[in-house]
Amino acid sequence: MALPENKIVRWIDHRLPVFTFLDHELTQYPTPKNLNYWWNFGSLAGIVLTIMIVTGIFLAMQYTPHVDFAFDSVERIMRDVNYGWLMRYVHMNGASFFFVLVYIHLFRGLYYGSYKAPRELLWILGVVILALMMATAFMGYVLPWGQMSFWGATVITNLFSAFPGVGNDIVTWLWGGFAVSNPTLNRFYALHYLLPFVIVAVVGLHLVALHQHGSNNPLGIDHKGPQDSIPFHPYYTIKDMFGLGVFLIVFALFVFYWPNLLADPANYIPANPLQTPPEIVPEWYFLPFYAILRSIPSKLLGVCATFGSILVLFIVPWLDTSKVRSAYFRPVFKWVFWLLVFDCIVLGWVGAHRPEGWFVIIGRIATFYYFLHFLILLPVIGWFEQPLPLPPSISSPVLKKGGRRLAGAAASRRKP
Amino acid sequence: MAESAQSQTGGAHAEEGTRRDFLVIAANALMGVGAACAAWPLIKSMNPARDVLAAGAPVDIDISSLQPGQQILVLWRSRPVFIVNRNPDELKQLQTSQDTSLLRDPNSDELQQPPYAKNWHRSIKPEFLVLIGICTHLGCIPEFSPQPGGALGANWLGGYFCPCHGSRYDMSGRVYSGVPAPYNLPVPPHRFVNDTTIRIGENPPDSSWDFGSIVQI
Repeated sequence: MALPENKIVRWIDHRLPVFTFLDHELTQYPTPKNLNYWWNFGSLAGIVLTIMIVTGIFLAMQYTPHVDFAFDSVERIMRDVNYGWLMRYVHMNGASFFFVLVYIHLFRGLYYGSYKAPRELLWILGVVILALMMATAFMGYVLPWGQMSFWGATVITNLFSAFPGVGNDIVTWLWGGFAVSNPTLNRFYALHYLLPFVIVAVVGLHLVALHQHGSNNPLGIDHKGPQDSIPFHPYYTIKDMFGLGVFLIVFALFVFYWPNLLADPANYIPANPLQTPPEIVPEWYFLPFYAILRSIPSKLLGVCATFGSILVLFIVPWLDTSKVRSAYFRPVFKWVFWLLVFDCIVLGWVGAHRPEGWFVIIGRIATFYYFLHFLILLPVIGWFEQPLPLPPSISSPVLKKGGRRLAGAAASRRKP
Repeated sequence: MAESAQSQTGGAHAEEGTRRDFLVIAANALMGVGAACAAWPLIKSMNPARDVLAAGAPVDIDISSLQPGQQILVLWRSRPVFIVNRNPDELKQLQTSQDTSLLRDPNSDELQQPPYAKNWHRSIKPEFLVLIGICTHLGCIPEFSPQPGGALGANWLGGYFCPCHGSRYDMSGRVYSGVPAPYNLPVPPHRFVNDTTIRIGENPPDSSWDFGSIVQI
């Protein structure tokens, strides 16, 4: 153990072992030494979650959750509050980038088989985080009370009316009135403030599950010994910091140069319950799900398919029958994976257009393929696919004799 | 790796610190600067916004119907402001030693008023007194009790009584000795636009007094 010599640190640690915990889970934490840059996105998402919570708390100090004042209070944030424009643009674009990072993180998990035993619960907790994020983002989008806020809230809450028997009662309960109105805005504000902290709690569990067996790696094989891993700090802290720097440059470009590129101009028109805008589009990160909803010509089945497209992710660890984790060694799955990525992009593209002409047909094919991938291809490919031979250890592909234990992995870092 | 790096670069210069020490300290210092820069807009956002500051502009008050002996209470910058038309008896009382000998700061030496109100009547025109109606103890609004004697005791000469902790002020807002409030009631910047209109929040043309320099509100 490499605790500092400091007596106060020792005194505290003997009673409250926070320093031992950090040393064990951050400094010593053995991490596969072959992680590539796709492994940067988890910690990046965590940092963006922090940015969202901090900017959100300061925005909440200026925002008024009332149908008569919400829109104006957001405009006041943009014009009158010191740096209000900055906080709002960071929060607004931060939501989009949070989804970018989490989607990349999710597809990385799918490609490298990070959901397979013993990491099934780690994966499921990740899907829970995604579902909570979607709920939080949806309710946050309602708060500025523009046209898209209002009509988005109307359409999404009406999804629940599809359920036979109880549907209308559920929707009335969600609204707290006869339509999306002031009670709806109030409760969405309360929940939009609450849910991020629930996400933080689930992220905590996600990390507990992660640290139980450690990170998966591009080869998808377990570490065989200390020669296969390096301590998280400083090797991956510095790599994560570098990735953060690159991310913040891209993020800053959006915040300062194209702050409204990902936003819908219709949401700068105050909500009008008497007029639906000519074109209703959700935020880009919901477009694939929106496409699935519109592709199915039955209200109930469309809603079920939309929810099902997320729920199916929960059972991915058991749908994939292959014992090999990484797509690197799976010649068939590798191609099918990229087809799924393409399929999701097509769904997003279809979701951004009116359901007319070819878009309907393409949308239906893409929706069908989405479920085909998870429910049929994933189990079937695992049965017949011949995986490439796996290397004996993480070190062996790059070092002839399996590598030697790195000095840095064993050295206790001494503070000068 | 770390060990070999230390032995190579550290060896001879370990006493005065290694190249790595320099990089670690420099990187951490830069991170500190970055964190401070990120925190600044958030902290600044809690200061009054532009619309709040704009609402703090001077206000014009019509005093044409304010009779001698009366007080009106108006709002400027979210604060109560007293405007009093003192009658000749009250003005005479302010100059007697019966009053001034009991005061903590009878000559208004503490900076609780603009220079043009640093006089025995603490105002521009002797009869029209303008005060921020906030007790300098803990922020309550003192009661206007111009009648001598009564419930406030036989010695009461008329003035302001704070119901929260019993602080007492005379008819010029000067605090009495032996009460919790430390300073006289503040006089805001004000001027007469004409004989019947007071503008609160603006100095007379010949003064550039900064209200922010006041000791305590």
